Amino acid sequence: MSVEIIKAEHLTKYYGNFLAVNDISFSVNKGEIFGFLGPNGAGKTTTIRMLTGILNPSSGRIEVFGMDMKKHKIEIRERTGIVPEMANPYIDLSAMRNLRLMGRLYGMKGREIEKRSVELLKLFNLYEKKDTKVRGFSKGMKQRLSLAMAMLPDPELLFLDEPTSGLDVMSARLIKRIIREEQKKGKTIFMNTHNMQDANELCNRVAIINHGKLIAIDTPEKIKEIGAKSNVIEFSLSPFKFEGGIVEGRVEILGDKVKVYTAEVDETIKKIVNYAERENLKIVSLNVEKPSLEDVFMALVGEKNE
Amino acid sequence: MSKLSQFSRSLAIVKKDMLVFYLKGPVVLMGLLFPFFLFGAFLIGRDLSHAYLFVALLAMTVFFTSTAVGPAIIPWEARSKTFERLISSPVSITTVLFGDMQASFYFGLIITSFISLTAIFLGISLNLLIFIPVVILALLTFSAMTILMSSYPPTDIPADVMMLTSLVKFTLLFISGIFVPLEKLPEYARVISYFSPLTYLVDALRYSVSLHGYFPLSLDLILLSVFALGFFFSGVAVHKKVLEKRFT
Repeated sequence: MSVEIIKAEHLTKYYGNFLAVNDISFSVNKGEIFGFLGPNGAGKTTTIRMLTGILNPSSGRIEVFGMDMKKHKIEIRERTGIVPEMANPYIDLSAMRNLRLMGRLYGMKGREIEKRSVELLKLFNLYEKKDTKVRGFSKGMKQRLSLAMAMLPDPELLFLDEPTSGLDVMSARLIKRIIREEQKKGKTIFMNTHNMQDANELCNRVAIINHGKLIAIDTPEKIKEIGAKSNVIEFSLSPFKFEGGIVEGRVEILGDKVKVYTAEVDETIKKIVNYAERENLKIVSLNVEKPSLEDVFMALVGEKNE
Repeated sequence: MSKLSQFSRSLAIVKKDMLVFYLKGPVVLMGLLFPFFLFGAFLIGRDLSHAYLFVALLAMTVFFTSTAVGPAIIPWEARSKTFERLISSPVSITTVLFGDMQASFYFGLIITSFISLTAIFLGISLNLLIFIPVVILALLTFSAMTILMSSYPPTDIPADVMMLTSLVKFTLLFISGIFVPLEKLPEYARVISYFSPLTYLVDALRYSVSLHGYFPLSLDLILLSVFALGFFFSGVAVHKKVLEKRFT
């Protein structure tokens, strides 16, 4: 039987009259990577701030490790590592001093801090820069240091708010690899993201939030099935030319490619081929795919937001 | 979570504050020189005894050094996005603020210790049994005052807080018996001065240099303690109340 590490019941958060999170309930199991997806302003960061005890919910209840967040905030945080959204390390301190500060705040002993800091600096490819002030770090280096700071006390639960947002490919890959390794060690990870590829690659389960309400919660594959009744036909014509009216369904033009979301694959392909012949265009590529997590996400929240 | 453990974690915040905010050339230099500038501007050339001048210099040093940086720390942390990381670690907001208060206190203590040496050059004999407790208590009071000063408005613009802080600080400076002794102030001004903690520091320091005070020394000490506790706990309460506004 799975152990619930996080249990959120009927969480609601108002900022004045603005309803940021609207009566959401979910749980996260031990050893799971749980993705919390949603467009900007959907309520992801407000939710993570409530789950980490920074904000109090207007109503509802949060239990982490079986403890009530209201009564045991500090005890819960002792066992939790947090990378807040856009939270920076101290730029006037070196990487090593930032880690030492975090270790002291978690009540770790000096020798333990030094040992663990060196391990993490090496893991995140920052060891050479350990005594350099963070002021000179790139965004990717700062984010890697942020994650190292969260992992310093070897917490059982990690909250990551947009961990790979805006990072270079190498840093993003490194962070994703480390997240997977942490999961293998039995750690539970709650991750806010709007990067569908990350969610698809990393998460055991995802929840999709929009306008403060949970609209779907399941494994990425099961969520994709929500959109399984439609297919995605992606094609490219040369020279590029396309009139949207020739096919039925949602059409997206992406550079020199066209994506058509439709349940009628046979009919749509015939229309595309006929169009290409009629207009004397060469078909460069034509693929039929099941919708990706991003396609389903867009179908669920994208159009409403647009 | 024991109080001792939270205290030991507050020392990590002290160290961070010292490294990030206080132990910078311009801050230390300003801490050392600013009281002298004020001293020179308002007191040099007046026919006052060395003991009187020393009390004025020390009071300004204690007051300005312990309130120099403290009010800007939380707004600065909010602006540079380090505040959220700090309060999401296993420390209470009270611990964070207690750490900030201690940093103000230690900075004030270091600078005041240096400035106190002017007593030797001025040939003043100090009663250290009065002087040391009074200075320590006053440093704690004004350090606690910075917690209240940084609490409202819940801004992330340090300049906003510093402007309001300067307004309060200079007002207190002129109504606290530093430049004009309390007994020579008009009645209305004297009543206003009772609301300033600086009044009780100046008064208590006079006892340490064998001058007469306006209030009994014990009353000065009690009121400084009351101000210290009042500033800290009201500051913590306001910080807790407006915490959410720092994230919206």
